[in-house]
Amino acid sequence: MTDALFEVRSLHASYGSTEVLFGLDFTLDHGGITGILGANGAGKTTTLRSLCGMVKTRGQIRFDGRRIDGMATEDIVRLGVAHVPDGRGTFTGLSVEENLRLGAYTRKYRQGVARDLAEVYDHFPPLANRRKQQAGTLSGGEQQMLALGRALMLKPRAMLLDEPSFGLAPLIVEEMFRIVGLINKEQGVSLLLVEQNASLALDLADRAYVLETGRVVLSGPAQQIKGDAKVRRSYLGY
Amino acid sequence: MPSAVSSATLWGLRAPSWKKLSMATVGVVAVVVPLVSSDYRTFQFTLALVYAIAILGLNILTGYNGQFSLGHGAFYAVGAYTVAIMMARWSVPYYLTLPVAGLVCLVIGFLFGLPALRLEGLYLAVATLGLAIAVPQILKYGRLERWTGGVQGIVILKPESPFGLPLSQDQWLYFFTLAVTVAVFIAVRNLLRSRSGRAIVAIRDHHVAAQAMGINTALVKSLTFAVSACCTGIAGALGATVVQFVAPDSFNIFLSISFLVGMVVGGLASISGAVYGGLFLQFVPNVAEQISKAAPWAVYGLFLIGFMYFMPGGISGALGRVWEGINRRWGSKDLHRASIATGPSTRVRDE
Amino acid sequence: MDLLIQQLVAGLATGGIYASLALSLVMIYQATGLINFAQGEMAMFSTYIAWTLVNAGMPYWPAFFLTVGCSFVGGILIERLVIRPVENAPMLSIVIVFIGLLVVFNSVAGWIWTHTIKPFPSPFPDQPLELIAGTAVPMHAVGVVVVTLAVMALLYFFFRFTPLGLAMRAAAQNPVSSRLVGIRVGRMLALGWGLAASVGAVAGMMVAPIVFLDPGMMSGILLYGFAGALLGGIGNPGGAVLGGFMVGVMENLVGTYVPFVGNELKLTVALVIIVLVVLVRPAGLFGKVSVTRV
Repeated sequence: MTDALFEVRSLHASYGSTEVLFGLDFTLDHGGITGILGANGAGKTTTLRSLCGMVKTRGQIRFDGRRIDGMATEDIVRLGVAHVPDGRGTFTGLSVEENLRLGAYTRKYRQGVARDLAEVYDHFPPLANRRKQQAGTLSGGEQQMLALGRALMLKPRAMLLDEPSFGLAPLIVEEMFRIVGLINKEQGVSLLLVEQNASLALDLADRAYVLETGRVVLSGPAQQIKGDAKVRRSYLGY
Repeated sequence: MPSAVSSATLWGLRAPSWKKLSMATVGVVAVVVPLVSSDYRTFQFTLALVYAIAILGLNILTGYNGQFSLGHGAFYAVGAYTVAIMMARWSVPYYLTLPVAGLVCLVIGFLFGLPALRLEGLYLAVATLGLAIAVPQILKYGRLERWTGGVQGIVILKPESPFGLPLSQDQWLYFFTLAVTVAVFIAVRNLLRSRSGRAIVAIRDHHVAAQAMGINTALVKSLTFAVSACCTGIAGALGATVVQFVAPDSFNIFLSISFLVGMVVGGLASISGAVYGGLFLQFVPNVAEQISKAAPWAVYGLFLIGFMYFMPGGISGALGRVWEGINRRWGSKDLHRASIATGPSTRVRDE
Repeated sequence: MDLLIQQLVAGLATGGIYASLALSLVMIYQATGLINFAQGEMAMFSTYIAWTLVNAGMPYWPAFFLTVGCSFVGGILIERLVIRPVENAPMLSIVIVFIGLLVVFNSVAGWIWTHTIKPFPSPFPDQPLELIAGTAVPMHAVGVVVVTLAVMALLYFFFRFTPLGLAMRAAAQNPVSSRLVGIRVGRMLALGWGLAASVGAVAGMMVAPIVFLDPGMMSGILLYGFAGALLGGIGNPGGAVLGGFMVGVMENLVGTYVPFVGNELKLTVALVIIVLVVLVRPAGLFGKVSVTRV
């Protein structure tokens, strides 16, 4: 399976003594887009957190062939993994530009930073208009753009997106997904996408996994899952 | 190996009998000590009892009720100065000064408790620390010198033993202090076991839940402050009588820190812990001083830090664990008292 | 008028020292949510180190900077070795550890250097400085204000315009998100402590020539530092600095012009400020009012 950027085997995760994930297996291919779907409480957010070392885990997590379970979050990030958490995780007390610059904190070569900053402003014009504004005063959609922009500044190899559509107007979501798809195609950034909005995710992704109370109950090519009405109704509710 | 019998015995005695036996032993020792020790040694034990009462006062507020006080030396000072002023300026006999000092501190404690309601955690710690730092300056204040004696303080005459009892002054003072100590400890124990006591602890463990349960947290917290101040004030009153002297610089921030040390070493939220703390405060510095003059305080500091790392329950906590271990070994069902935990385990942060 | 200007300048000088201490307190509070009760004693200890160097023959400014460097390292070590192990303990335990540190620093300083009061040199010349309207103020007071403002400016520049400063601010505000951009939050905390210790050292060295060096030198000043930090807003570094200056000026003016306070009750003034601020407006003059969710 040398094509996989992320390879996860028998992932168990727990918060304190409460186990939440019970042996997940999934992969994210180089340059691919994988969706992780399921209802509230299925364990989707926990899955992304596990990949970043934010939760106690058992099992094997490989990034580009290398074991990263047990590594500290900061170190995993430095391998090229950008996590856009649920709730955006923006630094609300800092300005838009400071947030973006922080995304580039771990980069060794500083020359590209200014250029990448310009590129982010290109993708998200509202951010360009609010460079010096405090991030906490931005609207929900703008904060999501900011979170995405910050992730892009890392020049990541993989982006983990946790419910990017949450609480956003459909037009904004559409635009965001378009940009995300573009980044995947043009820059080859692999995406792991957690979404409650399954139809959006299935449109973008090539593979998908459906979680239910901490277990994978369905997996396969996104088009296939999308096309199977019976599956959609029983697992995804539409 | 748990015993199948419902109440096992250790060397033929059941657990409750063990408790009574150990308390009786302590009682006998306490009474005998002054009769077999030198006057100076008796004096030291008297002070240890005084510190125990002071620490108990602090523990009521901080250990059981969760309100930080880094300034309890202030109440000790109020009690001490009340006694000194009454005895030296108005010639009131010492045994009458005690209840007055207690009352004064009760009122002052309540008055402090009111603004303290609005101060949580760290802010209260800062404010009480500020109080501790400011107290010596207030005591030296020129305009109050008529009463406080200013920088030189006040000297008190040592009370004689009454009714012509065949006791030296130090011995009499010891028994007097011992009686007060026992009375205070019993009163506090009864308070903490009552409904009010449970309310006090409930407020420490979860403030909002306590309010939701219908506890008038503002009143309880202020009253706790009052009781705590009264306790430590009584200790101050006794202390002044025993030491025969009050002066502003004896009541500086380090006095407050001493009580904190005593409480931590003895055990937070523990009544017996106050006794261990008092003994510690009285005797450990003497030993440490023989190593070096600066040693006592360095020892205090290291003990404060060390106990938080290794023995957060203090001596009484450690003994409690030993006792539990014995219990498990020889199995007994009647020794399950409601254990009062040592404090909330979550930190409240200003987000 | 003369008196007023003199008291103002003196107030600004002591205010600068309070502001420095307030800033140290706020830096650690912002990063960790903790109040470093030992800040004053650490500053005092650093000042004694400087005294030792100067006494051994080192000229003032090299000794000054060497002390600042040592204090920086010392602050980092304390964070790593003493504070880190208990950072998740209940609040009372942490407060007790801080008090323990206070006591240890105080007693060790007394043990090494004794409690005899020592004079501490001032790098500024002894002649008074002529200001407007012919009033003279001590050069040292002016020097203190200049040094304090210089330190503040340096720190401001560092935090606002350098990547490391930005990372430290981020780590203080949002440790979780900071990790997600690869910031090593633990290191940032240690650095914060190092900086706070350095600023405290500067404060100690600036005040020692005025009040003379002895182990109890900083306890009152710590109280003023608290007052300044609370007055300005404990979550707001700029506010804390302003608060420190305000406390200094207030202390001097009240002490001079309010008859019954005089010089004797100055500490009580600080205490009163603290209590009033916390009762009336806990967020301070410049802080943001925060709401705690239940």
